[in-house]
Amino acid sequence: MTAAGSTRPQTSGSPLIPRPFRVLATRQETADTTTLTIEPADGVPLAFAAGQFTMLGTFGGAEAPISVTSSPVAGPMEQTIRDMGGVTHDLTTAEPGDMLTVRGPYGTGWNITDGAGGDLIFVAGGIGLAPLRSALLEALANRNAYRRVVLLYGARTPAEQVFRDDLARWAHGDGGIALDVTVDRAGRGWAGPVGLVTNLIPGAGFDPARTLALVCGPEVMMRFVAIALIDAGVPAGRIRISLERNMKCGIGLCGHCQLRELFICTDGPVLPYDKVADLMTVREL
Amino acid sequence: MKMRSIADYLSAHPFFADLDAASIDELAGCAINEHIRAGEYLFREGRPADHFYIVTRGRIALELFSPATGPHVLDSAGPGEILDWPWLIPPHRWFFDGRAVEPTSVVSLDAGCLRGKCEADPRLGYELAMRAAQTMSQRLQATRARLLDMYAAP
Repeated sequence: MTAAGSTRPQTSGSPLIPRPFRVLATRQETADTTTLTIEPADGVPLAFAAGQFTMLGTFGGAEAPISVTSSPVAGPMEQTIRDMGGVTHDLTTAEPGDMLTVRGPYGTGWNITDGAGGDLIFVAGGIGLAPLRSALLEALANRNAYRRVVLLYGARTPAEQVFRDDLARWAHGDGGIALDVTVDRAGRGWAGPVGLVTNLIPGAGFDPARTLALVCGPEVMMRFVAIALIDAGVPAGRIRISLERNMKCGIGLCGHCQLRELFICTDGPVLPYDKVADLMTVREL
Repeated sequence: MKMRSIADYLSAHPFFADLDAASIDELAGCAINEHIRAGEYLFREGRPADHFYIVTRGRIALELFSPATGPHVLDSAGPGEILDWPWLIPPHRWFFDGRAVEPTSVVSLDAGCLRGKCEADPRLGYELAMRAAQTMSQRLQATRARLLDMYAAP
């Protein structure tokens, strides 16, 4: 098995020099989250692996680490941003035709091919579906390489689900994915499950001994999900999570994203759970 | 088509895993299948918890009604999930409404019958109490995690 993040596409030029990208389209996912479709101004596509991120910025402004949301094998490049103020506000309010800066891609990928021949289970929480969507699309583009492909998604409310068009398609069986969605809070208009995303694991129907699990969401959610997956029989080394820290340089120099011996921008963001489980509960790291 | 008996269903359910066939038969003797339509209530807040339910099809929403804000869906149970533990623990009363959000079927075990079996066979009673406690613990941990409202913007 290849360790998470051991393969990475090559990028041309200096990793610190931003490239200009043009906004082609915007899609409002939720009240505070937007997906941008972007293209390189020089016409040279950006090769990336599912799970990697870029430092996305505005000209003359700051940058933020943003996961690539789109398929690594087909289609235009998409990045999904939540408006947290500052630079992310500028990015979520970008309009078609605006120019942005892109550095990267950086970090490790999900490397889903390590799960070929077995089951793939994706577990996402909130906007954590964005970094997983890229790997999901990669899996669906090579669907026959896997047995069961499952997406378990937990959102705060029905209105706060991202990629609702994708979810609607997958719910109808498009692509051969088994989808189950739960929400933390719901009104009577919601007929699906209400509860933590871990509640969906027992009914997901995967073979734990032949499963690669990919988990992304708030860290507390990922800890709960990892424990539930281990309780279900998935080896800790077959669970991968995507950590988020204060990435700045993207190449392991500045140390802003350091998690003890790990630089999340280069050793992560995708990491095997057994490598970081103990670090995730150490305070002040 | 061969009908699956309640005993068969219980013996394959994780909550009853590894119980011997005699115990399964005893429990199945307390059980019937129930079917309710979407929008109907399986149980109501404040009423005696005189049944223990296992959802076999559809979904039951656990709701709490507020006169000011209407019904709130707090949790739900779908196929294979159990509802709940008031049958085991005094005062044996429902604290929420259980409403079917779609056509729903349940295996319904009579609480008085179950408690009688548990008192007559303390080994079986201990097993069921431990399994109910495990379910309660899992639900409690999940509920505590949800209290963080972790998907909200920081």
